[in-house]
Amino acid sequence: MVDFNPSQRNLVGIEHDRVTNVSSTDFPGYYPGEDHAWNLDKFKENFKIQISYLTDLSSSFDLVGVDASIANAFRRIMIAEVPTLAIEYVYIENNTSIIQDEVLAHRLGLIPLKANPDYLRWFKKDDPDIEPTDYDTVVLHLSAKCTTNPSAAPGTTDPKVLYNNANVYASAIQFEPQGRQAEWFPDGITLANPDILIAKLRPGQEIDLTMHCILGIGQDHAKFSPVATASYRLLPTIDIIGPPLTGDLAQKFKNCFPRGVIAINSKGEAYVKDARKDTVSREVLRHPEFDGRVRLGRQRDHFIFTVESTGAMTPDEIFIKSVQLLKKKCQILRKFNLRT
Amino acid sequence: MPSATNENEGTGSPEVPQEEFVDQEMADGEFEFDGEIDPNKIQILPGASEDGTAASFRILQEDHTLGNALRYMIMKNPEVEFCGYSIPHPSEAAMNLRIQTYGEITAIQALEKGLDDLLDLCSHVEDEYRKAVEAGDYSTVEP
Repeated sequence: MVDFNPSQRNLVGIEHDRVTNVSSTDFPGYYPGEDHAWNLDKFKENFKIQISYLTDLSSSFDLVGVDASIANAFRRIMIAEVPTLAIEYVYIENNTSIIQDEVLAHRLGLIPLKANPDYLRWFKKDDPDIEPTDYDTVVLHLSAKCTTNPSAAPGTTDPKVLYNNANVYASAIQFEPQGRQAEWFPDGITLANPDILIAKLRPGQEIDLTMHCILGIGQDHAKFSPVATASYRLLPTIDIIGPPLTGDLAQKFKNCFPRGVIAINSKGEAYVKDARKDTVSREVLRHPEFDGRVRLGRQRDHFIFTVESTGAMTPDEIFIKSVQLLKKKCQILRKFNLRT
Repeated sequence: MPSATNENEGTGSPEVPQEEFVDQEMADGEFEFDGEIDPNKIQILPGASEDGTAASFRILQEDHTLGNALRYMIMKNPEVEFCGYSIPHPSEAAMNLRIQTYGEITAIQALEKGLDDLLDLCSHVEDEYRKAVEAGDYSTVEP
C-alpha cells in the first residue's frame, strides 16, 4: 500500500476516466506509528462550520473535519426522517370538478404546510381503534364553487374574467382549529406557498372537502420531507504542478474552468483564484497540452451543504433537527442493556 | 427525556416487557420519543465468541444512515480489529453489525463506546452550528 504524502491523504484524485483514493483512511492501525484513534478534543480542534448564506427558505454552509459517513447521515436524515405536517386524510363531500377524487387528494397531500411539527404528537395510523384528537390532527377545509361572472364583457376568453373562482389556489384552504389548537397555533396553520394551483373549475363545478393533517416522515411518503432537497458536494481542489502556465496557454487554461476559478496575475501566469466556484467538469483533462501540468481533486472532509426548505421550517432548524435525530438514534440504542 | 430504562437481554432469555413511556406533555421544541421502543430493537445474533470479543448484532428499523456512521465511529477505536455492517435485504428494515476486538474489551463495550463517541460528535456539531447561526456572520440573501 502506497503511503501518500500526508497532505495528499485528504484528497480524492480526479482523473479523466475515474476517481482515485476515495475511501477515508484515518483509522487506527492503517498508518503504522500514527495515532488515529477517536479523540474528541482533536476533533473539536479540526472541526469548523461556516455558513455562507441563510434565508428563510434555503441555506448553504460548510462542514469541515467530519467524515463522509457522518455528513451523509445528516443529509439522509434531513431528507427522510425529520417529521413534518402534511395532509393525509381527505374526506370529500362533493367533487364535481374534472379532477378525479384520488388525483385531487394526491395533490392536496403534496402541499407544504407551514406548521411547527414540535407542537403535535404522532398519530398512530395503523390502529383502527384510535380516534384523532386535537393533540395529533389538524383539520383543514376547502370549499370552492365556480360561477359565471355576469359583468364580463362579451367576447372575453380569459377564464379569470369570465368566471368567478375558476382557479382554486392553495390560499382557499381554511384552518379549522379543534379543541385547544386555537391557543397552540394563534396564527393558524398557513400554507408555505399560497399560490399553488390545486384545481381548475368551470361554472357549476364545486369542490367541498375536509382534510386531516398528521405528522409523518419522508421515509413513509415524500410529501412529509421538509426539504425540497438537501445535498452536499466536496470542496474541489486544483493544483498547477510544474512550471506556471503563461501566455496563450494560460488563457486557454482559464477558459477550461468556470469564470472566477482561474485568474491571470500581473506576470501573465495563471493561478487558482477560487477553487470553490469550480463545478469540476474536468474540461481541462480533455486537452493534451495540459497533461501532467494540473491535478484535480476534492477535499474528502470538506462538505458544502445546500439545504432548500419547502417552507415548513427554516433550513437551520432542519439541520439542527437532523443532528438531534442522529443523537436520538444513538440514545435509543444506548439504553439497551445487552449483557445477559 | 423519559427516565424509564429499557432492558433487553440477549437471545434465549425471557424479555422484560418494559417499554419507554411517551412523555404526554406538549413539547416545547424539545425532542421526545415518538412511541414505545421495540424490545427487539437490538439483539445479539448466535455465533458470538465465548469471551464476547466478537459478536454480531441485529438492529431493526435502521439503515445506512446509522449503520455507516456507527461503523466509522467503532472503527476509530484502536481496540477494534474489525467492524462492518450490512443490510441483508433492502425489503427488510434490519441491519447487521459485526464487531471483532483484539481481546482487551468485549464487542458490547466497543459498541457502547462507538455510540457514546457518536453522541459526543453530534452534540459538538449541534453546538457549533448554533453558535455559527447566532454569530450572524453570513448573508441573508441567496446569491
